[in-house]
Amino acid sequence: MELTINRQVVEKYQTPSEQLKPVFTVNHLNLWYGQDHALKDLKFDIPEKQVTAIIGPSGCGKSTFIKTLNRMVEMVQGVRISGEIKYREKNIFDPKYRVEELRTLVGMVFQKPNPFPKSIYENIAYGPRIHGIKNKKVLDQVVEKSLRGAAIWDEVKDRLNENAYGLSGGQQQRLCIARCLAIEPDVILMDEPTSALDPVSTLKVEELIQELKKEYSIVIVTHNMQQAARISDCTAFFLNGEVIEYTNTSKLFSHPSDKRTEDYITGRFG
Amino acid sequence: MSLINKEIVHKRLIKRMTANRFAKFGFILATSFSLMVLGVLIYRILVEGLHYLSFEFITNFASRIPERAGIWAALLGTLWIMAVTAPVSFILGVGTAIYLEEYAKKNAFTKFIQINIANLAGVPSIVFGLLGLTIFVRLAGLGSSVLAGGLTMSLLILPVIVVASQEAIRTVPREIREASFGMGATKWQTIRRIVFPAALPGILTGTILALSRAVGETAPLLVLGALAYVAFVPENLFSQFTVLPIQLYNWTSRPQEEFHMLAASGIIILMVILLIMNSIAVFIRNKFHKRS
Repeated sequence: MELTINRQVVEKYQTPSEQLKPVFTVNHLNLWYGQDHALKDLKFDIPEKQVTAIIGPSGCGKSTFIKTLNRMVEMVQGVRISGEIKYREKNIFDPKYRVEELRTLVGMVFQKPNPFPKSIYENIAYGPRIHGIKNKKVLDQVVEKSLRGAAIWDEVKDRLNENAYGLSGGQQQRLCIARCLAIEPDVILMDEPTSALDPVSTLKVEELIQELKKEYSIVIVTHNMQQAARISDCTAFFLNGEVIEYTNTSKLFSHPSDKRTEDYITGRFG
Repeated sequence: MSLINKEIVHKRLIKRMTANRFAKFGFILATSFSLMVLGVLIYRILVEGLHYLSFEFITNFASRIPERAGIWAALLGTLWIMAVTAPVSFILGVGTAIYLEEYAKKNAFTKFIQINIANLAGVPSIVFGLLGLTIFVRLAGLGSSVLAGGLTMSLLILPVIVVASQEAIRTVPREIREASFGMGATKWQTIRRIVFPAALPGILTGTILALSRAVGETAPLLVLGALAYVAFVPENLFSQFTVLPIQLYNWTSRPQEEFHMLAASGIIILMVILLIMNSIAVFIRNKFHKRS
């Protein structure tokens, strides 16, 4: 009895804002690590130019899911995937779909700030360079635009040739966001981008996300429910590799329709 | 009721303190013994070797008259051998390491190769000399030339370079590779622009230390037929040659005391070369470590 009700809830909230164009359409997505069934028959849309948050307890598959969106998950040995994810109408698992192309459109910011052991300038210029841009003037412009876009330009403009490892953790993370912007992506995936940062840096990154959503579609995995409530438009609650509930953020946090969602957001488990 | 008897604890305390002091003493003893041996060695070599050490000693050819004897041919022979060995072993060694770490699937076969490379690093150098004699001198018909000698030395130090480079590549954090792949870089771009530069200090350190080993090797080149008495410098890759350690061996095996002193002078030169190479390795390591 309870199970059927839950199923209905999921169907009902398949897409939180139907009027929005989807950037990703996930259809019957299953993923296994060896024998471990990590993602179970996921089916939902991710809307364009919105912040979509993914919350859930550790090991629920939220990181796995976000890494599936740019196929980084395939770097793990022994991964099997079935079903499809359509990015702008094209199935990303199509053998003809080049993963390098997908990743230039779907950028990623990682959990731990991971700048290259190069200068600040070279960190940002890396993306354009690997895509064949050699013109120094263009590169200079890209670097400035990206650093401004990530709200870090004023802090680093006088030290562009210094090593990025000299920046603070929060600055490094914004540098990584700038590096991601430099390839002019369409979607930005963020895998717990503030979990290694202090509260002030976290706030800066959150403000930045609000700015970025005007131009980019953002998917963010977060451990922090308050963060999801603060910055996202829609929220998906993952549990044991399934989507339990997916709806507008304000609705999910004020009137969760599933008991398990309610238990999780009120801190009864997880 | 306490489970720990305080009285026994107190008695044991004195014992433990004694053992503690004794351990420290033992380690100091071990270190001073090695330092003493080194000190005696350096002292003896300096006493014997300084007599003949002069600018002419470096620029003269070997001679039957000790006053006129020098190491010019051997010194240049060593440099020629290095000029062949360094690029060949670097390119092959680093290439192998990159393939094994980045491309090869981790299965039983690569594990087998891995173990064998590690084993090769421990094979006596004379065996490599025999290998070089068979393949380069005889089969390839290179004769006892600089090229054959350099290639043999490359084989000798290749396993060391492969293992050192693999270690260096493995220390490149996974996170920065992911960052590169996440921006749509291909594997080759990631290796060339991220992994290789980050691993380079470690690779260079390993390579230079391996080359220092090659500088001091005698056995494989003797087997190849490197000459003991040479009064000319190698002109090209196919010239015959001698190297410093062979020249030293030659001098020490003579009965006259003067030649033993010449050998000591040669050892000073050889040690200076090794010292310079090791300093370069240390310098590279420190320079790059500070930046990251």
